[in-house]
Amino acid sequence: MAKTQPKAPQGLSQDGLVQIYKDMLVARLLDERMWTLNRIGKAPFVISCQGQEASQVGWAAALRPDDVVVPYYRDMGVAIQRGMTIRELMLAFFGKQGDPNSNGRQMPGHFGCRRLNMVSGSSVVIVQMLHAVGVAYAMKMRKQDRVAAVAFGEGATAEGDFHEALNWASIYRLPVLFVCENNGYAISVPQKKEMAVENVSERARAYDMPGVTVDGNDVLAVYEAAVEAVERGRRGDGPTLLELKTYRVVPHSSDDDDRVYRSREEVEAWKQRDPIKQYQLTLIEMGLWDAQRDQAVRAEIQAEIEAAVEEADRAPFPAAEDALRFVYADEEGR
Amino acid sequence: MPVRNMIDAIRDAIDVAMAADDRVLILGEDVGVRGGVFQATKGLIEKYGESRVIDSPLAESSIAGVAIGMALEGLRPIAEMQFADFILPAVNQIISEAAKMRYRSYNDYSVPMVIRAPFGGGVHGGLYHSQSNETIFMHCPGLKMVVPSTPYDAKGLLLSAIADPDPVVFYEHKRLYRLIKEEVPDGHYTVPIGQAKVARPGRDLTIISYGLMVHFALEAAAALAKDGVEAEVVDLRTLLPLDQDTVLTSVRKTKRAMVVYEANRTLGPGAEVSALIAEHALFDLDAPVLRVAGLDIPAMPYNQVQEEFFLPSPDKIAKAAEALMAS
Repeated sequence: MAKTQPKAPQGLSQDGLVQIYKDMLVARLLDERMWTLNRIGKAPFVISCQGQEASQVGWAAALRPDDVVVPYYRDMGVAIQRGMTIRELMLAFFGKQGDPNSNGRQMPGHFGCRRLNMVSGSSVVIVQMLHAVGVAYAMKMRKQDRVAAVAFGEGATAEGDFHEALNWASIYRLPVLFVCENNGYAISVPQKKEMAVENVSERARAYDMPGVTVDGNDVLAVYEAAVEAVERGRRGDGPTLLELKTYRVVPHSSDDDDRVYRSREEVEAWKQRDPIKQYQLTLIEMGLWDAQRDQAVRAEIQAEIEAAVEEADRAPFPAAEDALRFVYADEEGR
Repeated sequence: MPVRNMIDAIRDAIDVAMAADDRVLILGEDVGVRGGVFQATKGLIEKYGESRVIDSPLAESSIAGVAIGMALEGLRPIAEMQFADFILPAVNQIISEAAKMRYRSYNDYSVPMVIRAPFGGGVHGGLYHSQSNETIFMHCPGLKMVVPSTPYDAKGLLLSAIADPDPVVFYEHKRLYRLIKEEVPDGHYTVPIGQAKVARPGRDLTIISYGLMVHFALEAAAALAKDGVEAEVVDLRTLLPLDQDTVLTSVRKTKRAMVVYEANRTLGPGAEVSALIAEHALFDLDAPVLRVAGLDIPAMPYNQVQEEFFLPSPDKIAKAAEALMAS
C-alpha cells in the first residue's frame, strides 16, 4: 500500500496516540503469554484477540468513560483500553479469587466490570446487542449525551437478535454504536457461507442507518470512523453499524485447530498486515516513537505480565461455597 | 373497598408503580394504544406517554433483551409477552442473560425486570394460546417465578415483583382475568414473593396447586366436604423459590397429598413438589403422593371435548381425592 505522510485524527493528543499503541501492545503480549500458559497446562482455555487489536482498541478509544460498552468474548483490547489491568486479566485467566469480571466463574474472555462501564457478557453470541439497545433507550429517555457501544463477530450477524437490535435502534434513533469485528470466520466457516453480502455494513440500509466498512487493521481509521458514529449518537442522530475488516491470526480458541479450514499462506498474508507493526510505523513516521522506546515499553509490559502471572498462579481459587453467592440480591437488595 | 377482577388488579398495580417511580416502564406487543390484548395496560399510554408505554416490534427476544438493557441502566421495565406460548424466542434472553447476570458478574450487574405473560387453558385457545410452560423458568435459579390465583394476590405480588432487585417471571392465568372479583385495595400494598398460602384449611388431605387450578381445587374441596372429607388447599403463589415450609407443614398434618397443575404431568411443578414431600415427609404419609395434571401430549387441543379431556377439573380432582382417601 502506498503511504502518504500519516495525519493524526482530530481530538487525539500525542499521548493519546501513544496510549493506543501501548494498549494494543499489552493486548498482544498478554494474549501471547496466555497461549504459552495454556500449552504448559497452567490454564484450560484461551480465546484470542490476536490480529484484532486495532479494531478493538480503536473503537473503544472513541468513547468516554461514562459511555457504556458491551464487548464480546474476543475483546481483550477493549477491556484493556477501558482500564482493566494486566493483573486483573491474569486473575480472570486463571479463574482466581479477585477476578473483577466474574470472580473466576466465567471462562476467560468474558469481560465485564461496572467500574469500567463495561457490561458483563455471556458465551451466547449476539444477545448483547439488545442489551446495548436497552441501555441506549434509557440514556435517550433521560436526555443524556452518552452512547452505548456493542461489539460482535460477523458470524453472529446471522442470528435473529442482530436484526431485532438494529430494528429497535433505528425505530427510536438510539445512540448506539454497533461494531462488527469481521474476522472472516465463524470458527471454521468462512464469510461466504455465513452471508450472501460482501459487507455486513450493507445490512444497515434495511434499517435506515449509516453502515460503514473500514480497514480494521488500521487503528486510526477505526478510531475516526468510531468517533464519527459516536458523535452522531450524541447529537441524537441515531445508531451506526460499523464494520471492521480484520483477521484473527491464531485459532478460534486453544481447543481449535485452524489448519483444517484455512491455508497457512492466507494466515501469513494477514500477519504481514499486522495492525501493531503497521501502527508502530505510523507513530515512527509521526516522530512519536522509536525502536529504543519500543524496546523499553515492551520490557516494562513483559515485566508486569510476569508479575501478574506469578501473583495469579499463587492466588487462591474462590472457596467452593462461594459458588452459592449472588444468585439473588441479598436482604439489603444489593 | 373497591372490588376488582384480576385484570383490573394487574392494571392497577402497574399504574400505582408507574405513578410512584418514573423508572418503571412497560414494553410489549399492543400494550400502548390497544392497551394490551387483554387490556392489562389500558389507558396507561395516555397517562404516562409513549416513552414509558412502548408498543414494541413483534419480536419477543427483543422485548426481553431490550428490557434487560433498560434494567442494566437503572430503569425498571415490565416486559409483556402477549401469550406464554410465544415466550420461547425470549427464553434465551431470560435464561442465558437475565437469570445469570448477577451471578456471572459477581454481583456487579443485576437485572431488576418483570416479564408478564398470560398462560393457561380452558379458553378455547388451542395449542398455541393455552400452554402452561412455567416449568421452564422454575428450573432456573436466578429467576423468580410467580403465579397469582386471586385479584388481591395479583396486585400485591406484581408490586413486589416490580420492586424486586432480580428478574421475575409473572404468569397470569388468562381464564382468571375476569372469572372472579374480590376486594382489592387502592394504592400500594405488597404480597411477598416466596410465600404460599393456605386457601382453605382442612385436616384429611392436602391439595397443592397454583393459578386457575387453585379454584378448581377449592370447588373440589367444597364437594368433598359434603361427604365429610376436609381437604386443605395450598396455593403456592410462587413456584420459584418454592415455599417448602407451608407445603410440608400441611402435609405433615393431613398425611395425604396431591398436586394439581395444568402443565404436562411429566416433570411439571408437581414432580418437584412430590419429590420435596418424599424427601422430607415420606414417613408422615399414609398414602403415596398423587398428581392430577395436564396430559402428556404436546399441547391442549382446540375443540371443547379434547380441551376438557386435557385439563384437570373440579370433578377429576374430587375423584382423585376420594381415591387418595381410600388408599
